[in-house]
Amino acid sequence: MSQAVNVGISDMKIVNVPNGLISYALGSCVGICIIDKAAKIAGMAHIMLPYNNNSDKSNVFKYADTGIDEMIRQMERLGGLRSRMIAKIAGGAKMFDIKGSSTIGNIGERNVAATKETLQKLKIKLFAEDVGLNYGRTITFDSVTGNLTIKSFGKDLKVI
Amino acid sequence: MELNDLHIDVLKEIGNIGAGNAATSLSAMLSKRIDMNVPEVSLLNYNDVIESIGGAENIIVGILVSFEGDIDGVILFLLKKEFVHLILNSLLGTELKSFEEISEMEMSALSEIGNIMVSSYVNSISSLTNMKIEITVPSLNIDMSGALLDAVTAEFSEAADRVIFIKEKYFCQDETVYSHMLLLPSMTSLGILLKRFGIDI
Repeated sequence: MSQAVNVGISDMKIVNVPNGLISYALGSCVGICIIDKAAKIAGMAHIMLPYNNNSDKSNVFKYADTGIDEMIRQMERLGGLRSRMIAKIAGGAKMFDIKGSSTIGNIGERNVAATKETLQKLKIKLFAEDVGLNYGRTITFDSVTGNLTIKSFGKDLKVI
Repeated sequence: MELNDLHIDVLKEIGNIGAGNAATSLSAMLSKRIDMNVPEVSLLNYNDVIESIGGAENIIVGILVSFEGDIDGVILFLLKKEFVHLILNSLLGTELKSFEEISEMEMSALSEIGNIMVSSYVNSISSLTNMKIEITVPSLNIDMSGALLDAVTAEFSEAADRVIFIKEKYFCQDETVYSHMLLLPSMTSLGILLKRFGIDI
């Protein structure tokens, strides 16, 4: 991997081999990484919410459903094939646990569920995941190897 | 709902009053004279908040409290290392070298401080507006600021893209420390709150 392109919150980027992708400090957000090794492209989306219920067109990458859908579409335009694509996901933590609160729900868990449902609907294989628990993750995706490296506070690096 | 300058002024004033009370409680708890400036209150989006607390990967203490009653929402209290050190040193006499080495006892002391500061904050809003507001037991986590913030922002981002961000500057003996408080009322609550100040939205 030569250079990592930054993917901000509610954003998505696609790179060619040998470039990489990085997203910083995912808490309840989910990072969805998809690679097509034959087409030599890799994408990363950094979603914040599960479903785009109000069909918000200005910000499709804020949501798991419309974000993944648009990422696949753009990867196909660059020569990607769905049947060859594999996905790895990370994030969806529950950073705060407030008991008996009606105002704070488990958005991380809902993000992961929506991500998996969308991948399944689009027939993209989910190859590996590192989700849930209560800590943040900075993720780096290597378009050459397809490795997803996860860095967290006070923990060893993890590669999936 | 679009917030105009008048709305923002009212929110700033609410921020001011709450922060003053919170500083008084902190001073009492630490048995130290703590002076403070008028807090800076601004409406910021996720990226601006991250920038003002030192970047997404900066390790920070987050204390989240949820409030319910006549209005509902959450308050996220963010403490940088210098502030945490001041609190722990005054309360327990310990030296905090790094967040990796923080003990259970130090964590619960922090949680308690957070609880008291948020309570005095909420109480001042409550008595000012004559509203019933109750807060939950706080939840504390130490992690990258971006991660602590995205969950809270996500839960409320359908209501508003921006949060009320209160930056407080404290002077204690020779030290100057900052704390940050994010106030996120639900959209309905924001309307109710502004109405109490005689502003129609």
